[in-house]
Amino acid sequence: MEQLILTVILTSVPLIFAASGELIAERSGVLNLGVEGMMLMGAVSAFAIAMGTGSPILGMFAGAFAGALTAGIFAFFTLGLATNQVATGLALTIFGTGLSGLIGAPLVGHAIDGLPQIHIPMLSDIPILGMLLFQHDIMVYLAVIMVGLCAWVLNATRVGLIIRAVGDNHDSAHALGYSVLGVRLLAVMFGGMMAGLGGAYLPLVLTPHWAEGMTAGRGWIALALVVFASWRPWRVLGGALVFGGITIMQLAGQARGWTIPSQFLSMLPYLATIIVLVLISRNREFALANSPACLGRIFHAGK
Amino acid sequence: MPLFFFEQVLTVAARRPHLSEAFMTARSRTKTSKNSAKKAGVAAPTHQTPLLNASGFVKRFGNFTANDDVSFSIYEGEIHALLGENGAGKSTFVKMVYGLMQPDSGALEWRGQPVTINGPQHAREMGIGMVFQHFSLFQALTVAENIQLALPAGESLSGLSDRVRRMSAEYGIGVDPDARVHNLSVGQQQRVEIMRCLLQNPSLLIMDEPTSVLTPQETDQLFDVLRRFSDSGVAILFISHKLDEILALTSRATVLRRGINVGTVDTDTRSARQLAEMMVGEMVGDVACNTAPADGDVLLEISHLSRPRPTQFATPLRKISMQARRGEILAIAGIAGNGQDELMEALIGEWRAGLDGIIFLKGLDITHAGPAVRRNAGIGFVPEERNGHAAVPTMSLAENNLLTSHSLGGAVKNGVIDDDAMRQAAADVATAFDVRLPNENPLASALSGGNLQKFVVGREIAKSPELLIVSQPTWGVDVGAAMFIRSAMLELAAKGSAVVMISQDLEEVFMIAHRIAVLYNGHLSAAMDATGLTAEKVGLLMGGSAAGRGPDA
Repeated sequence: MEQLILTVILTSVPLIFAASGELIAERSGVLNLGVEGMMLMGAVSAFAIAMGTGSPILGMFAGAFAGALTAGIFAFFTLGLATNQVATGLALTIFGTGLSGLIGAPLVGHAIDGLPQIHIPMLSDIPILGMLLFQHDIMVYLAVIMVGLCAWVLNATRVGLIIRAVGDNHDSAHALGYSVLGVRLLAVMFGGMMAGLGGAYLPLVLTPHWAEGMTAGRGWIALALVVFASWRPWRVLGGALVFGGITIMQLAGQARGWTIPSQFLSMLPYLATIIVLVLISRNREFALANSPACLGRIFHAGK
Repeated sequence: MPLFFFEQVLTVAARRPHLSEAFMTARSRTKTSKNSAKKAGVAAPTHQTPLLNASGFVKRFGNFTANDDVSFSIYEGEIHALLGENGAGKSTFVKMVYGLMQPDSGALEWRGQPVTINGPQHAREMGIGMVFQHFSLFQALTVAENIQLALPAGESLSGLSDRVRRMSAEYGIGVDPDARVHNLSVGQQQRVEIMRCLLQNPSLLIMDEPTSVLTPQETDQLFDVLRRFSDSGVAILFISHKLDEILALTSRATVLRRGINVGTVDTDTRSARQLAEMMVGEMVGDVACNTAPADGDVLLEISHLSRPRPTQFATPLRKISMQARRGEILAIAGIAGNGQDELMEALIGEWRAGLDGIIFLKGLDITHAGPAVRRNAGIGFVPEERNGHAAVPTMSLAENNLLTSHSLGGAVKNGVIDDDAMRQAAADVATAFDVRLPNENPLASALSGGNLQKFVVGREIAKSPELLIVSQPTWGVDVGAAMFIRSAMLELAAKGSAVVMISQDLEEVFMIAHRIAVLYNGHLSAAMDATGLTAEKVGLLMGGSAAGRGPDA
């Protein structure tokens, strides 16, 4: 049982990274559907660097960097050239999938040492709880810290206020003299960095080798998770555990010969997201307070 | 400065008694002129340096010149109106002053020093605040957060909330800093916006048509706030096309017409009519009208139309009966919210009664007919909301024109649109109804309110409908365009069509209607001949005091 919970936690880590990054981008008004592509770029870069240098920590940084760089391409088109965000995001996913496969082709079949576990003194000795919470690799702790950081920045700092303002009404933010495109560029790059980290977690911890398309739809689940969490960071953490749990249930169910087709289980995250979307849009009050009003809308300065 | 100077002189004068009387007289005279400057303005500021002085501002959008050599100056503590029709270039001018746009040419001086305003941030740092016509508030954020965004970093949210509370009490603004903006009424939102400007201690406050969204009570409250504000030395640039407001509030007015400054005048010495003439550029004539209608055939007949309230805030319709005859304009007067929207939807066919035999056109039962069928039967509609109801903002004028006329043939052959014919039809409407276009075939959203209204009314009239049903035909439209629209409706009626006009503007109702009915709380009074009818009578019906006397009660 503990082993199962442990697996759920580990499975949810990539989702936490990718979703909280995307959350920041979306709160600033940019819908980046390229999460899957950015995760794959992060994964392949992390694996290549970790294999080349023998340092999984360097691999982690490489993943973050590659994710941010991939997001930069998206930002160049959607912010710089004002292209449609949905189409560009989809293109980014296709681009990332293809490019990561190309870069990763010579890496297939190699294995690396993953990130080591860090046992937090004293705490990790607590029975059961110690193993579940305090015997993880550094990225698990980092994921929780990042969620807390996102929540704090968004709700308690001026930077967060500006991000929310830009996402709520970019024309007004522009009229007040804030750089809408600048704020969005940074938010998108941050989102890419986080997606890259989420992707890096796969080859660095979960399965210490590279396989083409190894994110297997986690980017899409992360996108759904942002909506599921109604754009609140702490809810991302909870939602990631739920979605991670569903993924594990699939595997566990298969192993135990459950008669429910696994496809139904893989549908669950999306089904849950649609239900949340319906609930949000039914209540105008809730929608106004939660979803960024300018999400996906292109900003033209000086109109 | 001048006051200080006088104190000094008086001290000297007090030591020389024979001089003091002369100076006292001088002083009191100055006082008078200063007092009248509060209202009249011109005398006092002449020897002062203007707070802001713009000279020769030019701004072009393609071939369209929005501002052509506009010069303007405003002094400390002055309330100065920028007056002009829709599309005269008022908004363009203030956007340049606020740094949202750069003039193509022209010079700006601030307190006597030449400046270039790079952007809104720069303008605010200099002490220029602006309250937009369409508010620039963040709906999802709280009042305090909205204000914090406009202020320099450093102040805590709780400290700011306290400051907002204090100021709110001081100016009688009445807004809770912790409320989320989307929960506030329009008037409250505007006061948040004003407060946001006030907290930055501006020397110049620009207000772009602030009263267009306010009730008369809210307008009065706003004027009180603005007067207190100007008393403390702040200059206010007040943009409007409502003449009575300008006369009530401002001391001077600069009038723009088609992008040209036609003059700055002292509002105390001008009548509303004179200002209107400057604004429109020609004598504002009364529309010739009110020849008693011959007893034309009944075109539209409605008997006992009832409708339950569609939403919690709507008004139910209660057994409405009326007839509209050929050759007449039938006005449905009434204060907003007494069932106008609900009635309009029923007339257009957006909402249809479940029963038979309620609405007849030329004796034919059209109760169950939808809007398209009714249009084909010869009815033209102009709903109240221009953007999004009467016109699709993101479509071009030609397309908008086609949307209501495709079934009439001409531009559509075998289901294929003839682009040239479609554009020509729209261009004809624009020419016939004096719609000023920024380019050949603009998006509906690119037109100013008055121009778009002329277009949507013109589009319907161009089809020579037998029956035209309009709601608020001149709402938010400047004097010139309003007169144009009214004459067009009269012309249509004179040709033998019937016009049903739902209007809240009593002046308009009396100006052009042949018969008047009053809508109150979902009841419609009997229609009365306009000749011999007094405004008092209609006013009473509008207030509900005589509503029970209707035939349908």
